[in-house]
Amino acid sequence: MTLTQRILTIAVIVLGTMLTRFLPFLLFPAGKPTPKAVHYLGSVLPGAVFGLLVVYCLKNVSLFTGSHGLPELISIALVVLLHLWKRQMLLSIAGGTACYMLLVQFVF
Amino acid sequence: MSQNNKYLTALKAAFPYTIPIFAGFTFLGMTYGIYMNVSGFSFWYPMLMSMTIFAGSMEFVAVNLLLGAFNPVQALAMTLMLNARHLFYGIAMLDKYRGTGLKKIYLIFGMCDESFSINCTAQVPEGVDKGLFMFFVTLLNQLYWVCGATMGGIFGSLIHFNTEGLDFVMTAMFVVIFLEQWLKEESHVSSLLGLGLSALCLIAFGPDQFMIPAMAAILGVLLLLKKVLEKGGVAI
Repeated sequence: MTLTQRILTIAVIVLGTMLTRFLPFLLFPAGKPTPKAVHYLGSVLPGAVFGLLVVYCLKNVSLFTGSHGLPELISIALVVLLHLWKRQMLLSIAGGTACYMLLVQFVF
Repeated sequence: MSQNNKYLTALKAAFPYTIPIFAGFTFLGMTYGIYMNVSGFSFWYPMLMSMTIFAGSMEFVAVNLLLGAFNPVQALAMTLMLNARHLFYGIAMLDKYRGTGLKKIYLIFGMCDESFSINCTAQVPEGVDKGLFMFFVTLLNQLYWVCGATMGGIFGSLIHFNTEGLDFVMTAMFVVIFLEQWLKEESHVSSLLGLGLSALCLIAFGPDQFMIPAMAAILGVLLLLKKVLEKGGVAI
């Protein structure tokens, strides 16, 4: 690729990304009433989206080969337990990450 | 004086929420910068691309697109597919970003997974300007990402220390955010649907192709359940 072609490719990627981010706000501007169905989706979507993001993070974990997803399972269990116990976001995240790093570097 | 205070208060309130992302983005950003470096690109590429695209997974894919033959249509299609989840974020943030003035443009521009998640769930303390809080969350996150990517691009292969597994910080953060949402919601139907339908689609379509079917399934089922969920009749 020439430099111009590279710049064009990057520009297209920027444009595509911005389209996905701005489209809902362009379709449903603040001045006009938002359709009821969209308003409903806006209120129920967050729960489902966070579920989707958790699965997205784990998409490359293989249950049948390698470590069978055990480091992930153990570390997530620790994150949940820590969080239910202290409810300190940073503690839960740091604890779970440290546990995962130890597991993949020394155990599995 | 009070003007300065307003900004400082919002920055101080926002910063703690971004600490996990500081760890995650510095690391992932550096990984991305190093990846570009070893693929033969100067540090200008990761620096400028992390500023303008600011969508982590897409930037990794972009390296492959830049190394291949020139095909802008394919690049656009890939981008739209990979980033389609932003549409969901936008719909969920329509109300929250309302009334934030000019900052709204930057809030939407910088709406990556992490900034969206924090801005959607964080309880902004009393007396802190909500718009400014969300602005600083977004800005700090992008700053971490751009710095990481640029450093990775400059120092590239010089870095040798065992960071294996550090990327789990992002997974841990999303688990915590999912849990926070779970603890505060009255009905868990939507959260369970999100987990369940995504997992089913992952099994059916595989890791590279499951996002679009999963989103379609979530959207479809949530719309079908509109009457039930709006009443709040079921509390699972």
